[in-house]
Amino acid sequence: MNKVLMKGNEACAEAAIRAGCKSYFGYPITPQNEITAYMSKALPKIDGGVFVQAESEIGAIHMVYGCAGSGVRCMTSSSSPGISLKSEGISYLAGADLPCVIVNVQRGGPGLGTIQPSQADYFQATKAIGHGDLKIPTLAPNSVQEMVDMTVKAFEIAEKYRTPVIILADGLLGQMMEPVSFGEIENNAAQYPYGAYGHGNKRERNIINSLYLDPLKLEEKINERFERYAKIAETEAAAEYDKDATIVVAAYGSTARVARSAVDKARAEGINAGLFRPQTLWPFPVKQLKEATGNAKAVLVSEMSMGQMVDDVKMALEFKLPVEFYGRQGGFVPNPDEILKKIKEISNN
Amino acid sequence: MPSFKRPNALIDMPTHYCPGCTHGIIHRLVAEVIDEMGIEGDTVGICPVGCSVLEYVYFSCDMMQASHGRSPAVATGIKRANPDKFVFTYQGDGDLAAIGTAETVHAAARGENITVIFVNNAIYGMTGGQMAPTTLPGQFTQTTPYGRDTVREGHPIRVSEMLSTLDGVAYAERTMTVDPKSIANTKKAIRKAFEIQKAKKGFSIVEVLSTCPTNWGLTPLKALDWLKENMLPHYPLGVYADKGGNE
Repeated sequence: MNKVLMKGNEACAEAAIRAGCKSYFGYPITPQNEITAYMSKALPKIDGGVFVQAESEIGAIHMVYGCAGSGVRCMTSSSSPGISLKSEGISYLAGADLPCVIVNVQRGGPGLGTIQPSQADYFQATKAIGHGDLKIPTLAPNSVQEMVDMTVKAFEIAEKYRTPVIILADGLLGQMMEPVSFGEIENNAAQYPYGAYGHGNKRERNIINSLYLDPLKLEEKINERFERYAKIAETEAAAEYDKDATIVVAAYGSTARVARSAVDKARAEGINAGLFRPQTLWPFPVKQLKEATGNAKAVLVSEMSMGQMVDDVKMALEFKLPVEFYGRQGGFVPNPDEILKKIKEISNN
Repeated sequence: MPSFKRPNALIDMPTHYCPGCTHGIIHRLVAEVIDEMGIEGDTVGICPVGCSVLEYVYFSCDMMQASHGRSPAVATGIKRANPDKFVFTYQGDGDLAAIGTAETVHAAARGENITVIFVNNAIYGMTGGQMAPTTLPGQFTQTTPYGRDTVREGHPIRVSEMLSTLDGVAYAERTMTVDPKSIANTKKAIRKAFEIQKAKKGFSIVEVLSTCPTNWGLTPLKALDWLKENMLPHYPLGVYADKGGNE
């Protein structure tokens, strides 16, 4: 298979285009600018390609709403402060059951924070991405190859379940270069039959809407949506993990790569450590974590945050195992020795 | 003899608008233009947040509901992906000139090939009559109980004049709907705006001065007089941009 050396951000953009996404709406923010730049270069050369640099993140997400609402596959990307601005639009997209892909190449916060990598938007993505009762499937790549694979997967989930999907990457993944293969990505984009693109006097009018003034209708709609969420939780949760470990290190994204090194070092020193790497953050891979921790005496969560995944790990384990945390913030990436030290502490207890 | 009938682009049903409100007239004018141009099947309308939030119920073309102020961005998304379809937004003064100022100005600056129907009644109607960006100096509203003081609350925005400074704006006209003549003129302006869109000339906007008897605290007829006496001097009618040529 031919491989090319690419940045994570560029690979994500190329994968989206190969998957048939011809419409992109964005706004500059570091560290995701390569996605916007790549799209601005590639899309105008494609028949029917649409690239708009919006006036704001708010503008961009509502262009996505309009484009997806008209039945056309589309995406946007941003980084943490920009995702906060998109929050309104994401809620409307969820409320109108519109598919789209939103990439968050996370940087540090709160506020302007830093342009360095971070994983401090876990709560935002998985618990509070917008107002109202809603969930957004959240994929967590840990390599440039997964930036490709998960971009393709994101469109598939989005359209299958009629929901926005978030790719929760981080500045490290976005900026890092790795050899990557695009394999045989299928372009299966087709206009959504429920889109508002003009009924052509051939069908009933389509209405894209999230307003339900009748409480019965809104309740019914939300219940229907949560049935879809249950199906997503049942079928789309994914993780990679070692089995039979005594100490399980749970980490996602870039941190999982560091955790992998730490686990390998621990094993070389005779400690039975293992890695658990969620590839979906919502739905959280509960079954997979239970399987990974079948023999465990403790779990160590490691993140580039103050420990936002810890609660999900504890709940998945029904509070039956001790859960420790080691994280770095401010743009620091933990190094393997720091995590190894923590593994040893737990091992010696 | 042509008979007076409901336009096909409007669905036959009662509306939720207050007695004397001019939204019904403006809806009808848009629908008549859609009928006359034969474009119902190729049109997507976008309704705002505000009194006309339920507009999608009334029009028989495909419709989209947008969040407050974002209609021009939503329209951009639709139009860019479907350049041969007609896309119109229908927005009030709060939606267009307060919360959606950025979306409006930039859609206009980009010359998005869409038509904006801007209903300016100088007040927030649906939320109960608060100050709008177009509320007149001295005007009483729920949030200017002592009258709009320009020192404290700033000055009203003249949207058509402001937008006409942008090169992307192909057509901008301000009209009103107070009598048969002004209603006929408003329809002409809306038709012109849609024709401009058909010719792919860029952004078109028709600002319609409108009444809000309920929140102005006036009868429908007195509200029409109030509009003429108070709004017209501040918001002169006329064509502010026209790059369409006359056909």
